Amino acid sequence: MAKVVSRREIAPQTVLLELAAPKIAAKRRPGQFVILKKDEQGERIPLTIAMADAGKGTITVIFQMVGAGTRALGAVPVGGEVLDVVGPLGKPTDIHKVGTVVSVGGGIGTAVAYPIAEAMKALGNKVIGIVGARSRELLILEEEMRAVSDELLVTTDDGSYVRKGFVTDVLKEVIARGEKIDEVLAIGPVPMMRAVCKVTQEAGIKTVVSLNPIMIDGTGMCGGCRVEIAGQTKFACVDGPEFDGHQVNWDVLGQRLAAYKPHEQEACRLHDAEKRA
Amino acid sequence: MSPENATPTPSPAPSAGGKKVRAPRQKMPEQPAAERARNFNEVPYGYSAELAELEASRCLQCKKPACVEGCPVCVDIPGFIKRVAAGDYLGAAQAVKATNSLPAVCGRVCPQEEQCEKLCVLAKKGESVAVGRLERFVADYEREHGKGQLPPKAPPSGMKVAVVGSGPAGLTCAGELVKMGHEVTVFEALHKAGGVLVYGIPEFRLPKAIVQAEVDYLQRLGVKLELNSPVGKSETVDELLASGFDAVFIGTGAGLPYFMGVPGENLIGVYSANEYLTRSNLMKAYLFPEYATPIIRGKRVATIGGGNVAMDAARTALRLGAEKSFIVYRRSRQEMPARSEEIHHAEEEGIEFQLLTAPVQVLGDEAGRVKGMECLRMELGEPDASGRRRPVPVKGSEFVLDIDTVVVAIGNGPNPLIPQTTPGLATGKHGNITADEATGATSKPGVFAGGDIVTGAATVILAMGAGRRAAAAIDAYLKSKSGKLLAP
Repeated sequence: MAKVVSRREIAPQTVLLELAAPKIAAKRRPGQFVILKKDEQGERIPLTIAMADAGKGTITVIFQMVGAGTRALGAVPVGGEVLDVVGPLGKPTDIHKVGTVVSVGGGIGTAVAYPIAEAMKALGNKVIGIVGARSRELLILEEEMRAVSDELLVTTDDGSYVRKGFVTDVLKEVIARGEKIDEVLAIGPVPMMRAVCKVTQEAGIKTVVSLNPIMIDGTGMCGGCRVEIAGQTKFACVDGPEFDGHQVNWDVLGQRLAAYKPHEQEACRLHDAEKRA
Repeated sequence: MSPENATPTPSPAPSAGGKKVRAPRQKMPEQPAAERARNFNEVPYGYSAELAELEASRCLQCKKPACVEGCPVCVDIPGFIKRVAAGDYLGAAQAVKATNSLPAVCGRVCPQEEQCEKLCVLAKKGESVAVGRLERFVADYEREHGKGQLPPKAPPSGMKVAVVGSGPAGLTCAGELVKMGHEVTVFEALHKAGGVLVYGIPEFRLPKAIVQAEVDYLQRLGVKLELNSPVGKSETVDELLASGFDAVFIGTGAGLPYFMGVPGENLIGVYSANEYLTRSNLMKAYLFPEYATPIIRGKRVATIGGGNVAMDAARTALRLGAEKSFIVYRRSRQEMPARSEEIHHAEEEGIEFQLLTAPVQVLGDEAGRVKGMECLRMELGEPDASGRRRPVPVKGSEFVLDIDTVVVAIGNGPNPLIPQTTPGLATGKHGNITADEATGATSKPGVFAGGDIVTGAATVILAMGAGRRAAAAIDAYLKSKSGKLLAP
């Protein structure tokens, strides 16, 4: 049982939840995730830990309220409780001194990119941050990313803020500057990560992505989160969630993420009907 | 095993020319197959008191009971059966619980036909005493009518033990240790205690309320429970030892599903049995959308494998609404590792067995959803390393099985979380923890292990036996440790 310490809607349908989870806060390292289950009937929802405050004993997760499960979780008020919180799960990011790192966050993926960029910066790497979103109102953690980046570049798909373009457009420009880039970290929707990996593969830059397949236990037991890496089946929960982006079979990931679309629609209809009642 | 239908009335002893003849083995009433295949309620209803006493009266009360030797936890079988025959059901329950902390579970899922009942002197005529059914009866009777009397506990030893995993091995070990006076905390990765008993074995074979009652009982005995604690991640074994635990027992089970390695295995609608059963049992996906976790309710489901888990998955598919549920197994029925009772139940419910058949690839549509499975017929060749005849493909026998869901139930490897994070813990070539069979002692002082994490996937009762032996060894270890501490 974890109490909600603070809750903010940082963008439309996008909730930041700070939870009291002292053991996880002390133990977690960047790149790791937790699984939250709101109540007895709830789903187990895996979410990357965006921030943690070991002193205060809290962890922060950021998610979009897109399905019935995330909507229910996002509705827990300050002072309310989440029944089950388990973690930290997954392998931590391989944080190392490498030189110049470009950290690309797309949409909600910026919540995952942020703690990794923060740790990379803390270790003395030069961090170039690129954050993007469909529009200005959906852009998250801009200030936080700026604080841990030597340079932060912002873009919106519709041009409603700073500039118009995808994160890949900005990335191509950074590469074209001729500066040596040692590593790219890309976290966001599947089409974005796939596009980033295409760009970096052509440029020959090592790229790490964080994958978010559907999972249940998060400890290797169910195998639901399997992804195909270099033709081999891996479990994102215990072998990942981070992988070499150039080795990922994006078709398999994209398809598997859509496994329960019909169920989600049914559950959302029910959720909405209950809300109206 | 002969088919036994739902017959709630006792079958009395026939009289033959005035000579008393023993009553036949009493059947256990159960839900009719057609009805139960569409619901998740438990299949057998269990004995009535009348049936139980009649069955108990069949026991010969052997002076040297062979049945006890067949029991991995050495239950006093004639002793408890004698009490049932005398109508002392609570006394019988106490007798069972003296060595078996999970009788309601064992009465349901133990392979008695391979253990106690196999060694019964009446077994030669196929009429062994129904030890499992009687065990189930007394455990259920005690749960429903007993006063919840707790067994005596040794005075507090001041020693603390961490038990990792709340499956059969962990729960048994915890129960024994707490009775010995030690302070026991069980760490469980999931949000519910019970391990495979809650995520794996379906409701219709082992109602979850029964597992919960067993867990509640251990908590009343004083066992502490830390849910949502995947040791290896939330804390390591070394951290447990450093934080004041005097010993650690690892019973994390076989929890890393194997896949076949055939093309199409990552299509939507291909599940590991663990995932399929976890969604249905632990997450209650069969109650979706009341419970939020979804599951694909295939119309035509193929389960690959021939073990108890495969039977559970195939029977679950029917209950989730499948029109057709297949078992696809590459050897013949004779080699199937499942209990004959489970195979029999599956057949009764209309599961179709595609024997001597091996999957070649899973076929998908444009959206990546399963639309069929290409298979190959097999024939049996020479015996392989396991002693079973090796299946050999029949050339040109390819065919496509028309299905929309696949459940892969070909076994599990050891979960890597603890071996990976515990320096000094020796493992075998498959990643299982190396432990002494008699004591569970590992290569790391103060750390013991037992159950599937040591042996590879086996049975509930074997894991319980290992938990029980490890508890005795841990007790001895703690006594020698405290002795050393007290010594000048």
